Amino acid sequence: MKNAIVDIKDVNKIYGTNHVVKDLNLQVEEGEFLTLLGSSGCGKTTTLRMIAGFEEPTTGSIKVEGEPIEDKEPYERNVNTVFQSYALFPHMTIFDNVAYGLRMKKVPKKEIKERVLEMLEMVQLAGFEKRYPSQLSGGQKQRVAIARALINRPKVLLLDEPLGALDLKLRKQMQLELKRLQKKLNITFIYVTHDQEEALTMSDRIAIMHDGVMDQIGSPTEIYERPATKFVATFIGETNVFDGTIRSIENGRAVVSIENGEITSSGSVEEGVEKNTGFAVNEFVTVSVRPEKMHFSPEPVDGFNVPAMVKDYIYVGSVIKCIAVLPNGNEIKMEKLAGEELPAIGEKIFICWVPEDAVLIHSLDNRFYQSMENIKLA
Amino acid sequence: MISMTKKRFREKTLPAAIMVGPVTLWLILLVAVPLIYILVMSFCSIDEFYNVTFHFTVDNYKHLADASYIKIYVQSLVIALLTTVICILVAYPFTYIIARTKSRFKSLLYMLVIIPFWTNSLIRIYGWKSFLGTSGWLNSVLMKLHIISQPLDLLFKQGTTVFGMVYCLFPFMVLPLYTAIGKLDSTLLEASSDLGAKGWKTFLTVVLPLTASGIFSGCIMVFIPCLGYFFVSNILGGGNSDVIGNLIERQFKSGNNWPLGAALSIILIVITLVLVKLYQKTGGDMDSLGV
Amino acid sequence: MGRKARLRTKSVFGKILCGIVYIVLFLPIAVVVVNSFNATTSKPYLTWKGFTFDWYFKLFDNTSLLTAFGNTMIIALVTTILATIIGTLGAIGMYKYKFKGKSVIDGLLYIPVVIPEIVMGISLLTVFAKVSIPRGMLTLIIAHVTFCVPYVIFNVRARLSGYDISIEEASMDLGANRFRTFWEVTLPVLKPGITAGALLAFTLSIDDVIISYFVNGNTMTYPLQVMASIKSGVAPDVNALSSLILVGTIIFVILTQGNLFKKKMS
Repeated sequence: MKNAIVDIKDVNKIYGTNHVVKDLNLQVEEGEFLTLLGSSGCGKTTTLRMIAGFEEPTTGSIKVEGEPIEDKEPYERNVNTVFQSYALFPHMTIFDNVAYGLRMKKVPKKEIKERVLEMLEMVQLAGFEKRYPSQLSGGQKQRVAIARALINRPKVLLLDEPLGALDLKLRKQMQLELKRLQKKLNITFIYVTHDQEEALTMSDRIAIMHDGVMDQIGSPTEIYERPATKFVATFIGETNVFDGTIRSIENGRAVVSIENGEITSSGSVEEGVEKNTGFAVNEFVTVSVRPEKMHFSPEPVDGFNVPAMVKDYIYVGSVIKCIAVLPNGNEIKMEKLAGEELPAIGEKIFICWVPEDAVLIHSLDNRFYQSMENIKLA
Repeated sequence: MISMTKKRFREKTLPAAIMVGPVTLWLILLVAVPLIYILVMSFCSIDEFYNVTFHFTVDNYKHLADASYIKIYVQSLVIALLTTVICILVAYPFTYIIARTKSRFKSLLYMLVIIPFWTNSLIRIYGWKSFLGTSGWLNSVLMKLHIISQPLDLLFKQGTTVFGMVYCLFPFMVLPLYTAIGKLDSTLLEASSDLGAKGWKTFLTVVLPLTASGIFSGCIMVFIPCLGYFFVSNILGGGNSDVIGNLIERQFKSGNNWPLGAALSIILIVITLVLVKLYQKTGGDMDSLGV
Repeated sequence: MGRKARLRTKSVFGKILCGIVYIVLFLPIAVVVVNSFNATTSKPYLTWKGFTFDWYFKLFDNTSLLTAFGNTMIIALVTTILATIIGTLGAIGMYKYKFKGKSVIDGLLYIPVVIPEIVMGISLLTVFAKVSIPRGMLTLIIAHVTFCVPYVIFNVRARLSGYDISIEEASMDLGANRFRTFWEVTLPVLKPGITAGALLAFTLSIDDVIISYFVNGNTMTYPLQVMASIKSGVAPDVNALSSLILVGTIIFVILTQGNLFKKKMS
């Protein structure tokens, strides 16, 4: 592991009775693009604001470059923020907005001018120096906000849903541009968003937060392919989840019984770095299978005997989405390529997949029972 | 944890105290305390040298029921009511026109309402006195034109006082109305007439309800001051149309019975409180009173 | 009557009404201005005795009038500065911080606005008398600040309603401490509200009669001087001074653009 430039240890944030961030531990590596991903109210913005110094952790510590920052004011911290609302100074020109940080540091005027012009060039806003924020479009304001933060050459740049207010096309363009800037300047980015697609496109690593808890941290591939919790599985991309109990683990195959029958996944008892390892017979688990990995067959196949009925087809360009209903009424989604032969609507099928394509997830219920046992033992 | 409390002090407590402290102190010492003191004083007596002594008495309040006083209260309320009604009747159509005109002089028309009020109000009231007096401009002109043979006696009537009050308080009706009417969405008027409402019906069902807030704040800003504007009735009413303000002024300036004056001002305070409560009940926004 | 004709009569009536209102608004001012050129020298200075500029020169020999006017200006200036500082800080503080008793302060704020001025005047008078503060410039300034502060606060508050507090965080984030942030960001952004409040405070202070009447002691202000001279008839030199003030304010308004005043009053 490279140096942790931001080190968050056992941080809790409580407002009155509202526990917003729970036991957060997070190490951000130097030069990486880390995204805090989660739905609104999950504590991601609060985490960001604690790093920036606008909020105080209730307990725990935050270190930047190895130094605790509890006693540092926001203006003494070597981090800068890009705000969701841009927070440009309405009474200052673009030049003055971007120059603000340097002016506060008493950088000589000549140098300020050079650096501001260079920075505006970099965010493609050369020639806009004399305008006021109210005269810019949303995307341009965004670039000014980024330029204003980056010109200070911070160790860490915090971005709070910076693209939230832009339309889709501009958003896509700005995502690439931000990524380019980050690589070019080699600054650590901590990026907050609720948009999973944005997170998958831009990040080196993603930390998924849910109800104040960080569920998982990992590369986009890891998160997508090996979700650690049911929440992560359902939050990132589309997936089908089945709750059940492991009946047997043999020859690298785990058979899971669910409400409507049996399904199979790869699995082993031994702990390992690979996915689906470290599971026990009779454990409560969630099985997650992506729609594109789902298959159907007219007859039950080995290890699968869950029937379903085809309900509808939705044509999305080259892909056809198939919706089928399980006997308990739950819907499952499959993705098929156009041109494949498909059963008719109303036809009965059996669902299946390659066992290696399924992901086993320790169920939260399971953890609950385990902790209950620990309490009993104690 | 000590550093935390210190930080909290530096971040919240200290700036809050610096910012809110002065205004808090000021309002408590110079608004709350004086009003409480007036209340206390209204129960005090005076000695033979007219000094206030802290002997509890309700005599001042008994005095308030004197027939001569009651006559003034009624007169005062009538004057205030008339003034308010006239202000609405004149200011509403007037403001409606200047607030909705498409003329390029719109802001000039608005400024022309404000400009007269930069000349001292006493001077302007005095201007009216010299205009309306027996040897004033109006009478001179009318006599020169042989329309009248005797100068008209226009001053020192209740009507003159009401006129003066209307004149002084007119902008306080215009300003909230201007804001309320200016906010009117003209598509609503179009919608109303599109739906078949006649002009006056649109006015009653759409315009009036939507601008009612402006009328209410205007009423508060006109009615209440009327009760206290003693100088208007002094100059134009010549003692024939006193308002409650005149009674109070006399107790503090010539009568020297401060406790009685204090009791009289309690009447004004009570009326104000009642009207403001009513105003809030109708959904009135207190901030729009501070035009 | 056709639709067009109806509309036309309506607009004619409207114009007549507006015309009358403006005439009535300006008539007493016209009287004042005309009388300032009246050559009469006998009380009550109403009969027209010919045109003269004399009063505009004699004005400068009337020391009591000039002193009163000077007092008014000093009081208005000091009041404006104090009320603007106290009011601006208060408005921002009440916007940013939550504290106990805030609603009480809020309520107290409306009192000077709605209560009849005479009650403000006598209540301040009784307190000044009780704590034996000699009445004069000091009590006048204190009283004026008291009724001006709420108006400053309302104006600043109106500006704060569209204020994005994150620009202060942005400023601190970029290395400005609290004081610099206040100075470089908060104040400039609120400036229009603050100026409007200050101008309103200044006009209110200059024009105040009733409250000053009770707390002035022996100190005369220009409105009080006018009040004292009204019984015997206002001398044309007072009219001359009033005319000069009016011209002065109009020039001031034209120079500083009408916008500010428009905002302050609406």
